[in-house]
Amino acid sequence: MKGKHQRLILVSVAIVALIGAVLLAMSALKDQAAYFYTPSEARAKAVAPGTAFRLGGMVVKGSVKRASDGINIRFEVSDGKGSLPVAYAGVTPDLFREGSGVVADGALRPDGTFEATEILAKHDENYMPRELEGMKYDEETHKIEQKPQ
Amino acid sequence: MHAYANPTRFLGVARPLAPWLFWIGIALILGGSAAGLFLAPADYLQGDSFRILYIHVPTAWLGMGGWTGIALCGVMQIVWRHPLAAVAARAVAVPGALFTALCLATGSIWGRPTWGTWWQWDGRMTSMLVLLFLYLGYIALASASAKSGEQGGVSRVTAIYGIVGAINIPIIKGSVVWWNSLHQAPSIGFSGSSIAPSMLWPLGLTVTGFTLWFMAIVILQMRAILANNRIEARLRRMARG
Repeated sequence: MKGKHQRLILVSVAIVALIGAVLLAMSALKDQAAYFYTPSEARAKAVAPGTAFRLGGMVVKGSVKRASDGINIRFEVSDGKGSLPVAYAGVTPDLFREGSGVVADGALRPDGTFEATEILAKHDENYMPRELEGMKYDEETHKIEQKPQ
Repeated sequence: MHAYANPTRFLGVARPLAPWLFWIGIALILGGSAAGLFLAPADYLQGDSFRILYIHVPTAWLGMGGWTGIALCGVMQIVWRHPLAAVAARAVAVPGALFTALCLATGSIWGRPTWGTWWQWDGRMTSMLVLLFLYLGYIALASASAKSGEQGGVSRVTAIYGIVGAINIPIIKGSVVWWNSLHQAPSIGFSGSSIAPSMLWPLGLTVTGFTLWFMAIVILQMRAILANNRIEARLRRMARG
């Protein structure tokens, strides 16, 4: 019995120490492990022009302007607290659209525009049939409801 | 719990259980997949490509659940010297690795049309790839300990590796919450789901089906390991004459 209890205590202590070490590492990693910066984070960090990073957020509704050549596109990315203008030349993914999430790879120009070299669409956690489009998932009640127009 | 540490008693329960788990699992997987492909409506944004979810979610759950099982078996082996726990952990390793690889593959196939990329080093994808590498390391250690005569189980070093590796499981789970990531936040939580009910129920079938099937595979694997032990024990007795 004694050996069993000793081993149980040893294993428990080892697991607690391990979890503690990982929590410390995680909190130190917090910034570095982020896949992208939101516009307000990029501003707070004062990322220098020309430094490569990923910018993520929502495509502001009504901000997408496609040039007549069909390649150049400009839009605003917002995180609710701030926004940045983005310029991109290329084909956007099918799910790229206004009001949806986007992650752009690139760097800031000196004039403050984010010049993207790659655009990825970020999908959200909602799945619904076409008939329900325009309805909204309520995070509090967990019901899909008609979006207030 | 110790009553089932006896392999003979375990086999008495496991032998009749395995075919039921196996065939009910297969039936639910086929039924759920058919429902997901033909009955569930297309997604308003992703169209038909979302249907890979009916395979992707069960494989992700079993890849992570498999390692959780390995870690729990590791604790039981170290603390209680439970001989069957070591056999069970060994039996989980290969199917767990297979499901983790399937999860990565289906996620990549879905990511191309949805995000516009096959692979990105975001928190969720990276931590899931780390889980696959952990499994491969575990399989290598487990096969090494089988050769050094652990009676079909795994060595204590392997068990400790399994416990330490479990730290990756909450990291996978939290990766989309703690850090900005390309992968979306969880759709299903304790309090509800943001997947429309008409699209959700086939997922329940495939998750249950794959889980039962996984359990059947693990039991069959354990039976094979235990049978192998008996052969080796008999050969040793015969060699001694």
